[in-house]
Amino acid sequence: MMKRAAIVLATALALGPVAALAQISDGVIKIGVLNDQSSLYADLAGQGSVVAARMAVEDFGADKKGMKVEIISADHQNKADVGSAIARQWYDVDKVDVIVDVPNSGVALAVNQITRDKGKALLVSGAATADLTGKACSPNTIHWTYDTWALANGTGNAIVKTGGDTWFFITADYAFGHALERDVEAVVIKNGGKVLGKVRHPLNTSDFSSFLLQAQASKAKIVGLANAGGDTTNSIKQAAEFGIVKGGQSLAGLLVFITDVHALGLPTAQSLIFTETFYWDLNDKTHAFGKRFAERDKGIHPTMIHAGVYSAVTHYLKAVEALKSDDGTKVIAKMKEMPTDDPLFGKGTVRVDGRKIHPAYLVEVKKPAESKAPWDYYKIRATIPADQAFRPLDQGDCPLVKK
Amino acid sequence: MSTVFGIPTQALFGQLLIGLINGSFYAMLSLGLSVIFGLLNIINFAHGAQYMMGAFAAYFLLQWAGLGYWWALVIAPLVVGLIGVVLERTMLKRLYALDHLYGLLLTFGLALVIQGLFRNQFGSSGLPYQIPPALTGGRNLGFMILPNYRAWVILFSLATCLVTWYVIERTKLGSYLRAATENPALVQAFGVNVPRMITLTYGFGVGLAALAGVLAAPIYQVNPLMGADLIIVVFAVVVIGGMGSILGSIVTGFTLGIVEGLTKVFYPEASNTVIFVIMALVLLVRPSGLFGRDKS
Repeated sequence: MMKRAAIVLATALALGPVAALAQISDGVIKIGVLNDQSSLYADLAGQGSVVAARMAVEDFGADKKGMKVEIISADHQNKADVGSAIARQWYDVDKVDVIVDVPNSGVALAVNQITRDKGKALLVSGAATADLTGKACSPNTIHWTYDTWALANGTGNAIVKTGGDTWFFITADYAFGHALERDVEAVVIKNGGKVLGKVRHPLNTSDFSSFLLQAQASKAKIVGLANAGGDTTNSIKQAAEFGIVKGGQSLAGLLVFITDVHALGLPTAQSLIFTETFYWDLNDKTHAFGKRFAERDKGIHPTMIHAGVYSAVTHYLKAVEALKSDDGTKVIAKMKEMPTDDPLFGKGTVRVDGRKIHPAYLVEVKKPAESKAPWDYYKIRATIPADQAFRPLDQGDCPLVKK
Repeated sequence: MSTVFGIPTQALFGQLLIGLINGSFYAMLSLGLSVIFGLLNIINFAHGAQYMMGAFAAYFLLQWAGLGYWWALVIAPLVVGLIGVVLERTMLKRLYALDHLYGLLLTFGLALVIQGLFRNQFGSSGLPYQIPPALTGGRNLGFMILPNYRAWVILFSLATCLVTWYVIERTKLGSYLRAATENPALVQAFGVNVPRMITLTYGFGVGLAALAGVLAAPIYQVNPLMGADLIIVVFAVVVIGGMGSILGSIVTGFTLGIVEGLTKVFYPEASNTVIFVIMALVLLVRPSGLFGRDKS
């Protein structure tokens, strides 16, 4: 309640010649970054996603090409009703052409439907639920960075195969947590493991001791954290206090971002294993991006969500340029048709169900002694190739996929 | 294993104890609010922000001055209390003659500004603060592992609450304070410096919030928003206990912690609404709160 209703800041990036692209509505390509800017997901997405979108527009050289691009942003406060109201206002009144990011699966599913009804475009980087390319898939949406299936497949598989065959879930009680729990549970059972119990906590909980105690009593080998952001960091921190790991159980952070690791500090976070689709220190190109980004976002190094926003906006602009139109449905179709290529995710494709395809990485958090500088946090344990990282096309029940 | 309503008794004991720990925070915070409301008639909505500032003070002391947890326990409440005193002298004192609503609005606005500034500077993920070495580890109680630090939190906050209650309800200083709220002019006539007493009381209430913040720092992340959500719950606690009732806020704080703990066992999804349901019920049956005196 104590949050600003919506911060809308508009940045005119280019005021160059307009005539070149006649099919662009109002002569302006307007990008709306919609995410959590004030609460538990504000560091892993938040203003950083606005910075990433802006960098994408600059690197694309929109003004040199005579394309006029504007970026606005707003805070959806993790509430589906607030997010829906902003999306409607943006599409109807503010002439926004594409909405990007939208962490919080609950909000993303709502905006997904609105975007489809209005024939606009939605590029999801922040939200996790694999339903966006499953039951809820849409010709107007691309799910860019990662999803619950990919996390379950990466982390779940790795853990079950190294002996972690009994699980207890601590799950955030909304669309994202449920989807992640469902997908990991499927992986566990498929590999011969068992789920001994689960407990669901409200979003943005500060005290997890009660849930951790239930996890401890279950005697499961693995305590799976199907939550994100501040919820995950608090769970991990308090698990240490209650001696979960000392008692012989292991923690599986099912969705952990580099900002969470930074907040926990390496002494607490060391040795955690989880799945990411991007790490700023992966190669020279990502390294350069990471440093440029950090300079512009208060030293925060980019999460995979930030990288996804950069990559998605880049591909979107390429499609608009090729099509010479910013009609939502047409641009999304064009984006699926064109192969993707950017410095952060390399070459990739967008599938007919809206799933962007690229490799995923199983990472392990370094021990304090191994880390040479702030934000030097991950060791890459395994690379999951692009063709195995995401749910096979025929298993998602997406109505757009012809059987 | 014996069970109660399908829950093993062992788990139940564990949850009761955990409820008590959370209750300690509710009690300490609602105590500060009650002291301030009872004696100043100000609804201090900045209490959550001041709690957060206490945790940040502990973090700064460690980062910048190398002073650890034990020093923070003493210095942080003093520093934040002092900021409270400045606040009272420069702003709040102008509002005593006006309706409660003005104090609420001012402190609410201050809370938003303070939290916004901290969030802008330090982000929303929070900063790490470790448990002091002397209190790490835990002991096995048979039915659960009780972290030593949590045991310390219960004992420390219980002691703080009792001392505060004793000072206000049972000592001469406390009797001055209470008299000053009933009839400031008369107490002033007896030669007591009432404005100064009120300033110090506000500083004390704010210090209590900061103290709770230091206690919380090793358990939760040191986070700019840590007070924002808590303050709503704490206000519910104060309303249930009865605005301005010292004993009421202590007892209700601990009790509601336990109720919330039990909810987490039986129906976890409702764990952050249960307190508000109770508040609504109490307001229907006893509008002045369980321990409140009816002023009408």
